[in-house]
Amino acid sequence: MPSQAVASAVSRPQPRYVEDVVRAAVVLTMFWGIAAFLAGVVIASQLVWPQLSFDSEYLTFGRLRPLHTSAAIFAFGGTALIGTAFHVVQRTCRARLFGGAPLGWFVLLGYQLFIVLAATGYLMGITQSKEYAEPEWFVDLWLTVVWVAYLIAYLGTVMKREEPHIYVANWFYLAFIITIAMLHIVNNLAMPVSIVGSKSYVAWAGVQDAMIQWWYGHNAVGFFLTAAFLGMMYYYIPKAANRPIYSYRLSIVHFWSLVFLYIWAGPHHLHYTSLPDWAQTLGMVFSVMLWMPSWGGMINGLMTLSGAWDKLRTDPGLRFSVTAVGFYGMATFEGPVMSIKAVNSLSHYTDWTIGHVHSGALGWVAFIVFGTTYYLVPHLWNRPGMWSTRLMGWHYWIATIGIVLYITAMWVSGIMQGLMWRAYDELGFLQYSFIETVAAMKPFYAIRLLGGVFFLTGGLLMAYNMWRTIRGEPARVPAAQPALAA
Amino acid sequence: MFLRHETIEKNVILMVVLTLITVSIGGIVQIIPLFTIESTIERIDGVRPYSPLEVLGRNIYIREGCYTCHSQQIRPFKDEVERYGPYSLAAESMYDKPFQWGSKRTGPDLSRVGGRYSNDWHVAHLVSPRAVVPESIMPAYPALATRRLDYADVARHLQALHAVGVPYSDAMIANARADLATQANPDADPTALLERYPRAVVGKFDSQSEAITEMDALVAYLQMLGTLVRFSDLPPERLRQ
Repeated sequence: MPSQAVASAVSRPQPRYVEDVVRAAVVLTMFWGIAAFLAGVVIASQLVWPQLSFDSEYLTFGRLRPLHTSAAIFAFGGTALIGTAFHVVQRTCRARLFGGAPLGWFVLLGYQLFIVLAATGYLMGITQSKEYAEPEWFVDLWLTVVWVAYLIAYLGTVMKREEPHIYVANWFYLAFIITIAMLHIVNNLAMPVSIVGSKSYVAWAGVQDAMIQWWYGHNAVGFFLTAAFLGMMYYYIPKAANRPIYSYRLSIVHFWSLVFLYIWAGPHHLHYTSLPDWAQTLGMVFSVMLWMPSWGGMINGLMTLSGAWDKLRTDPGLRFSVTAVGFYGMATFEGPVMSIKAVNSLSHYTDWTIGHVHSGALGWVAFIVFGTTYYLVPHLWNRPGMWSTRLMGWHYWIATIGIVLYITAMWVSGIMQGLMWRAYDELGFLQYSFIETVAAMKPFYAIRLLGGVFFLTGGLLMAYNMWRTIRGEPARVPAAQPALAA
Repeated sequence: MFLRHETIEKNVILMVVLTLITVSIGGIVQIIPLFTIESTIERIDGVRPYSPLEVLGRNIYIREGCYTCHSQQIRPFKDEVERYGPYSLAAESMYDKPFQWGSKRTGPDLSRVGGRYSNDWHVAHLVSPRAVVPESIMPAYPALATRRLDYADVARHLQALHAVGVPYSDAMIANARADLATQANPDADPTALLERYPRAVVGKFDSQSEAITEMDALVAYLQMLGTLVRFSDLPPERLRQ
């Protein structure tokens, strides 16, 4: 059946797709990526050399850390998702974007305004202090408007599709848009102090606020950083590999189980806190169960390559995407392990969590965006390929080494700090003062910084390659590679 | 009811509705009971809404993103209880909007830091952390000591908090400005303030400056953290969740 669908699709004329918005989104994604990696490098340096905040209130870790996380998740990730969602939905539905270019531009530029409002606010100390939901009430309201427009554009396009079936990538993008809307509204309900001031007080308090925040927070991971990027995987990996999705049945099973189970996992951020035990236990059990649908997605992505593995040698873009799926599998195994209460008692509050997040954010999210972008740029600007395949290869290895340095440094520092906090001496006293555990982290913070610098360098290579490609240099033919003896 | 998946795949509205139902269940089961089960928040004495000075100090704590490095949640482990004090109770953060439990301890837990150090220690440490703790990697906050606290509209803050469920009385809101000034003035009569906000710490927190500074507010907040509940006379059955 897939081959028939492809054959019939080819014979019909293509609608005039909205592409300028997608092109702009690709360039903006690259810009925000560099900004996010740079902010990460800056705050990583501050943890090694605290003098680097220069006694300025605008440059403290406390204000820059939300800038880094929001730049990575919402600016880099979010802009990539808006751009690819519009690209994917038009092609898989064979329909021009609903609302056309005007609605597309409104969503993209409105979202950029949200990012700028949020980011400048953090520097000025305007924050709700809810992790990954720091923007204040007026920024939240604006995002709600943009998000509704996004849903209308997406849903409208699906509704006027020419294909009878809704392709699997769209299920994931839709689940992402709907769920993020629900989470955003409930978590951010707040009362402003004044209609002309930025400060507000959230509707929830204490233990309920903690539960709602991590219901939001974990599903920002589950739907923003996972489901939506799985949608990306389900379109661009088959495209780049020129293979159909490995298992249609598996995509159905893992889609519904993933969206059902993810929502329950939030309380694993609150193990051993004053959240009642029954909620913690539910969170742990569902987090462990979540391992299976996560790996369902990984298997579907990786097995799509069967028969096309040789392309990894010649297409560094596809190599990025496939490595991303590998990191996804690793992070979604590590996550359930860390959600087990006994493990969490050691890992919580330490750098282990930071390392885990980055194997997901750098390894999965950023890598699949890189892979997708390397596929998209030549397509959108109508070039035979990226300007330099070799530079793509360099980017791949520099970024991969950067991630490995980062996450291994954080494993060591996290587990070490957790063990030092609970260590007793032979007389039964706590062995280490807190500040001794801080001092012990320094070498690992330096290694983490080095990893971040590597990752940023890779991003700069990519931006340069992208610029040369778009500027229209003729594609450089890679030097003939000696065939391997094997 | 047997639904073929093909039916869902061909009807986007059906797909949206089913997705929405699927993603709602977990949240409904985990969140709503926290509002309806009465024992979620332990019934203990002592926890009260923040005083006006503490509210504004807490807002500075939030503004500066202290939660990115400091938790306010002690877990029930021997080492944590010995290091930081009794494990945290849900009741202790019942008026925290938003909660500040945090997720990372780059610095130590602060939920019971109140009374552990002197006001002068806090001021010196916030102005220049490495002058007090040489290995510290905390940023310095010298601006707090020089900037006057803007508290003209503190009553509006209490009103907004009241609107989202914090039990501030009319008298608390009406006297908000006066209570704030009283708490930062060791020479004023604190009787009315302490009636409204029992166990509030009164004093000039930042002795270096004449005016009420942001430093005063922040230190006032830090000095009350974890001090409201008397654990010595707390029967264990009251702690059951």
